[in-house]
Amino acid sequence: MIQLIVFLPLLAAIVAGFGNRAIGNVPAKIVTTAALFASCLLSWPIFIGFLSGTSTATVAPLLDFIHSGDMNVAWSLRVDALTAVMLVVVTSVSALVHLYSWGYMDEDPDQPRFFAYLSLFTFAMLMLVTANNLVQMFFGWEGVGLASYLLIGFWFRKPSASAAAIKAFVVNRVGDLGFMLGIFGTFLVFGTVSIPEILAAAPGMAGSTLGFLGYRFDTMTVLCLLLFVGAMGKSAQLGLHTWLPDAMEGPTPVSALIHAATMVTAGVFMVCRLSPMFEMSPVALTVVTSVGAATCLFAATCGLVQTDIKRVIAYSTCSQLGYMFFAAGVGAYGAAMFHLFTHAFFKALLFLGAGSVIHAMHHEQDMRYYGGLRKKIPVTFWAMMAGTLAITGVGIPGIFGNTAIGFAGFHSKDAIIEASWAAGQPGVWFVGVLVALLTSFYSWRVMFLTFWGKPRWAASEHIQHALHDAHGHDDHEHDHAHDAHQVDDHHANPAKAEDAGHAPHGHHDSAHAPVEGDGGYHPHESPLPMLIPLIVLSVGAVLAGFVFHGFFIEPTAGEEFWKGALAFREHLMHEMHGVPLLIKLSATIAMLLGLLTAWYAYIKAPNFPAKVVEQFGVLYDFLLHKWYFDELYDLIFVRPAFAIGRFLWHRGDEKTINRFGPDGSAWVVQIGARVANRFQTGYLYTYAFVMLIGLTAAVTWAIGL
Amino acid sequence: MIQALAFYLFAFVVVLSGALTIASRNPVHSVMWLILAFFNAAGLMILVGAEFIAMLLVIVYVGAVAVLFLFVVMMLDIDFTELRAGVARYFGIGLALAVALAAEVMIAIGAWSTGPIQLARRAAPIDDTVPNIQAIGNLLYTRYLFVFEGAGLVLLVAMIGAIVLTHRQRGGVKAQNISRQNARRPQDATRNTSPVVGQGVEL
Amino acid sequence: MTIGLVHYLVVAAILFTMGVLGIFLNRKNLIVILMAIELILLAVNINLVAFSAFLHDLVGQVFAMFVLTVAAGEAAIGLAILVIYFRGRGTIAVDDVNRMKG
Repeated sequence: MIQLIVFLPLLAAIVAGFGNRAIGNVPAKIVTTAALFASCLLSWPIFIGFLSGTSTATVAPLLDFIHSGDMNVAWSLRVDALTAVMLVVVTSVSALVHLYSWGYMDEDPDQPRFFAYLSLFTFAMLMLVTANNLVQMFFGWEGVGLASYLLIGFWFRKPSASAAAIKAFVVNRVGDLGFMLGIFGTFLVFGTVSIPEILAAAPGMAGSTLGFLGYRFDTMTVLCLLLFVGAMGKSAQLGLHTWLPDAMEGPTPVSALIHAATMVTAGVFMVCRLSPMFEMSPVALTVVTSVGAATCLFAATCGLVQTDIKRVIAYSTCSQLGYMFFAAGVGAYGAAMFHLFTHAFFKALLFLGAGSVIHAMHHEQDMRYYGGLRKKIPVTFWAMMAGTLAITGVGIPGIFGNTAIGFAGFHSKDAIIEASWAAGQPGVWFVGVLVALLTSFYSWRVMFLTFWGKPRWAASEHIQHALHDAHGHDDHEHDHAHDAHQVDDHHANPAKAEDAGHAPHGHHDSAHAPVEGDGGYHPHESPLPMLIPLIVLSVGAVLAGFVFHGFFIEPTAGEEFWKGALAFREHLMHEMHGVPLLIKLSATIAMLLGLLTAWYAYIKAPNFPAKVVEQFGVLYDFLLHKWYFDELYDLIFVRPAFAIGRFLWHRGDEKTINRFGPDGSAWVVQIGARVANRFQTGYLYTYAFVMLIGLTAAVTWAIGL
Repeated sequence: MIQALAFYLFAFVVVLSGALTIASRNPVHSVMWLILAFFNAAGLMILVGAEFIAMLLVIVYVGAVAVLFLFVVMMLDIDFTELRAGVARYFGIGLALAVALAAEVMIAIGAWSTGPIQLARRAAPIDDTVPNIQAIGNLLYTRYLFVFEGAGLVLLVAMIGAIVLTHRQRGGVKAQNISRQNARRPQDATRNTSPVVGQGVEL
Repeated sequence: MTIGLVHYLVVAAILFTMGVLGIFLNRKNLIVILMAIELILLAVNINLVAFSAFLHDLVGQVFAMFVLTVAAGEAAIGLAILVIYFRGRGTIAVDDVNRMKG
């Protein structure tokens, strides 16, 4: 059964991918979507089986792969509690995204390719989560990286999309290098790449050291840090995060699937899967926590000032991933996975909802041109509302008798915050609470800017297009991030990020409010294939936390559920429930503060943001430029890399290799011919002279000199 | 003693003439020096006892070949003033190589004279009682008859070749063709016509 | 001192070398080349005769006679060619003889 789950998407991808124009749009869509729904329907029973405690961990072997000396790698599919969680997350979100894309990509000329890529991605992700050895996990890791590249650059004729795809792949690659080194080191230390064997042997290696370049390092720390670098790349943690905002160049369903629910969570999954290893290295755990907390804070601050709706949600994703990592870092792996689970639902919901808004606003993505949409697109509005309530963590904390009730994010995020306190890391706790405040602020900001207030879209270019070409929409190529005001792409991508041919947008300073009025354009609700996933995900966002929190994070029920699939620190989970009341309330207080501030800034006194920006101009710029990371990387890595490349090209390739190789031999032949030519002067005396030389040589040889 | 003196005299002059032959500006002078070289070489040969060859050298070389050279030099009407002088491009290295060549030949000679290099047995031993010419005659018309006739043929071919090469029809010269003159018939020479009075005749 | 074979051979060697030098060192005209060739042949003749005398073998002189014959024939043909060349080109300067330049 697990084989069906994993390979149906692959088959669908092959059919749609190679069929392409031969089979046409509708058959391709039907094949892929049907395959995904089949996988989804087969996954839930597995998950429920683990929930009820009836299933046990199994490994379904597929094929032998490598038998070389000590290394035995086989393709096999492992199913345990952790896998089951990921299976439902991946297949459900993927199936819903496939369905959503029916409506969203309706006018795209390349639909079979899109659906094939989506299914291919799902296959790779499934291989990753069912991997029983590190090599198969790496295969899935690379596969999702590839699918991400293909999907971000789906509209490859747009230079900014191509550049973003390359950026994503290259930054991922840096992480993958760390991951590979981790795998090599693991094989070196443990002699095997099979995960169960490694995890069983991990405690034995706890205090050992590794020799490298004459220094001795703690083995488990080194291995875990290297593996974590891979997770940093895949999950866009601070340092290797630069690709995630630019990945919004891809279509919105892609962002929902890959950059919200699944690919970026692969890092968290990997850390949780290898948690017994990480448990053996406190240093690595501290690093994980610090990086996670730093990312959390950084992304939240950047999300405060973005004006593109997709970018805000992208930074939100980055920030929530930070939460998951620092939860794993403090040892609450169950909480991390729980947050992953709930986050998949509400983040996918937010992205798909944003896609619905974008679709309604004729591909306008700049929130300054939104306003007052809640009456116009009610279903989308309520879906986004559910998502926002979930992400901000609205709920009633369990002050009276330990029963908390709330939206999904409430349960998972509060669990993380309580765990950080219980693990004795108040600094991290503070960061978590602060970020909860910021999260609440920017999420409500999105809601207020989009759905409340008066319509402001009269001056939008896309709306103008919609009004002028009355029939049909333009190619979806316009669904690009409006970067005229945002300088994100500029420095990060060496290629020309802007489509220079596009007429310049009305240059609005961020301090001025956009022009009021709707210009005669009336947004309409999205078609049914787009609404159904929104509704389904809303249900998940609302209920998932409450229904499932016991299995993920309660001490006894959790132990029953996880059954060793990850390192479940039971006593930590216990202590979590014993934290002081104020701590339990801290997240909710933060959320309310954020809501109030957002309401004040965007509903009550709309001039407030402008005044704040004026006051804190430097800080605003700093945040707007995402802490100048892109510029920094451009300076440190991109420019030197290009300089080295140019140097090697001109001096190395052209002047050296070509000089001695093809050009050189051609030159030698030419010179040789010219020299040989000199003998053919046509003058008698030259010929006689040459004869003399020959004669002398002969005589010399004859007399035996 | 006198033999040595004669030898050195002849040797010196022959070498000097050779040098001047190739060094002279004026080709006529070159020919003159060449003739002198031939004479002195003949002298050397007489010293050795090969008088027939010596005389042959004088008669054939000087009398025929050098004179031929002179004829051609005269005939070609070379403008002496135009002759370019000047050291050839390879003078230095050429001289060096030539010196090396000479040295090597002398080394070879030295090796032969000092070392045990065997030569073939004599094909035609000289009888000192017979005069040189007679001895050569004896040899030439008996054993080497075939080669002798062959040499004659070579000369014949050379003569024919020279004529064939240089013979040309000269245009613009009206030569008499006696047989044609003799073969002319009256009817070819004259023609009777009756011209009209006042009009001329067309020839 | 007695004049031995070596002396004659040395003279011949020097003459030979000069003839060879004359072929390519001259810049004047083609006739000098032909004369240089005659010098070479002369050197060879001296050599043959000297050997013949000192080794008491008459074959050397017979051979020298034939060399003479051939030299004469060659001089004749060479000069004939020179004449034709002059007719065609109008000059016998060595520098202008470069039609075979490639």
